[in-house]
Amino acid sequence: MKPDDPNIHWVQEPKLGLLDKLYLPAVFSGLGITGKHLAQKKVTVQYPDEPHVSPDPLKYRGVHRLNRDAEGRVKCVACFLCATACPAHCIDIVAAESPWPDREKYPEVFVIDELRCIYCGMCEEACPVDAVELTSMYNMTGKSREEMVFDKEKLLSVYDATKDTEPMRSKGFRLEAGPASAHGREKGSGVFCQDGPEGASHKRLPTPFLGQEGHG
Amino acid sequence: MIILGLKILLVVLALQGTVAYLIYIERKVCAYLQDRIGPNRVGWHGLLQPIADGGKLLLKEPFVPEGANKILFILAPAIAVFTTTIGFAVVPFGPTAPGDPSSFVIAPGIDVGILYVFAVSSLAVYAVILGGWASNNKYSFLGAMRSSAQLVSYEIPLGLSILGIVLIARSLNLEQIIAAQADGVWFIVYQPIACLLFFTSALAESNRLPFDLPEAEQELIGGYHTEYSGMRWAMFFFGEYTHMITVSFLTTILFLGGWDLPFVLSASSTGFLAGLAKMIVICVKAFSLILFMMWLRWTLPRFRFDQLMNLAWKVFIPLALANLLVTAVVVHVLRS
Repeated sequence: MKPDDPNIHWVQEPKLGLLDKLYLPAVFSGLGITGKHLAQKKVTVQYPDEPHVSPDPLKYRGVHRLNRDAEGRVKCVACFLCATACPAHCIDIVAAESPWPDREKYPEVFVIDELRCIYCGMCEEACPVDAVELTSMYNMTGKSREEMVFDKEKLLSVYDATKDTEPMRSKGFRLEAGPASAHGREKGSGVFCQDGPEGASHKRLPTPFLGQEGHG
Repeated sequence: MIILGLKILLVVLALQGTVAYLIYIERKVCAYLQDRIGPNRVGWHGLLQPIADGGKLLLKEPFVPEGANKILFILAPAIAVFTTTIGFAVVPFGPTAPGDPSSFVIAPGIDVGILYVFAVSSLAVYAVILGGWASNNKYSFLGAMRSSAQLVSYEIPLGLSILGIVLIARSLNLEQIIAAQADGVWFIVYQPIACLLFFTSALAESNRLPFDLPEAEQELIGGYHTEYSGMRWAMFFFGEYTHMITVSFLTTILFLGGWDLPFVLSASSTGFLAGLAKMIVICVKAFSLILFMMWLRWTLPRFRFDQLMNLAWKVFIPLALANLLVTAVVVHVLRS
């Protein structure tokens, strides 16, 4: 683009008057702005003393959980869509023939390496049966790398610990009608989505349970 | 003699304690202006933070970089502390009486008081230049170069701006300048432009924002004290904050009437209690100015170097000269 291109709109710098050139009005208005902040509410969260409260726990991308269906079985049908979608390749699934008549496969092994995970939430997006979901738990700790590789049992235990405080992020379908979940986090066509919170508890998890729990 | 020694000890210790807590206050002011809380972990509301910081700095390794000029490298922070501290010697922080051991100044009745302060405080540039040069580091060196240019430029408006005061008060003696304002009008009324010039130049002199180019973190890492660590680094800090204290006291003395508080404290009220009250008045005034400097620091962006130089040479010096000329003419006409 040449400088004389008619599409270029040249803007003139505003001409400063004597008052502006003195800097002083700008200085004092700046002082006024910062002065106002002196008495404003502080945004600091005293983290270890007071818990960090996520503004929307259902949108937070923390530790994963493996959801159970109404009968307490793992929802996952071992379709590998999450593992395929995962950009960090942190999901490892071994499929086996399902012992239940309503599905063909189930995961014999379902491992997520929480250290490798980048918490992008694409596994959650990819899952056709809403089996893998992210929770709002952020304070997970481990003393070794092995401890941070979560297997199926541990992921299910995350579900058990969070199911009361965090409802399913999207409505389950295909395998079961399931209790309606809160928060329309649009998936697919939106036909299955429900809007508006329905008994959604936005409470935070009471304890950092992963830190207390034994080794996975 | 012993009393003088004790007084000096007391003043130096008080200065160091004040500096430590000024850093704490600065951090608090900064935090509050940015909607944060600031240090609050050590002690009640973080009040022991300066002590923890001091302990940390004492225990740190005083590192000397390779290729540095060791003697000058060690000397520079000492100069920073020394020059700024002895500058405070003639600054009266309360009413003074010659020969009275309880007068609130270390060296009372120095007739060239203000010249002395300027002479000594401009020596502080040696600390910056030597420190920056001796570090054998390009960032330090650049910071030192900027600093020398800045300090030399702002010395001139700083000196010119007070000449009007000297003409009106007919003295360079700081105590007499206060006496000229006591029970009268503060000099800020007669010399508002001079006050503005003096305060702004003083900000530049003490490397405070918006004129902190010698240590512009984004460009020069730490500026002249990039290579310093531990207590040597702390001494540079100490120098800067002592300079702030001195400059605030000077502004108070020259323009804000010193310990004069109209309708409450009169110049004629003497005695130890009145003296103490006056000391509190001048300290409160100076402290407010320090707070104002901090407020400014967390409000204004840094000047660009050419803007800084333009401001000094094209605006401040002509303004100060014009101010001096007008003051001289008016004083001459009124007195003749």
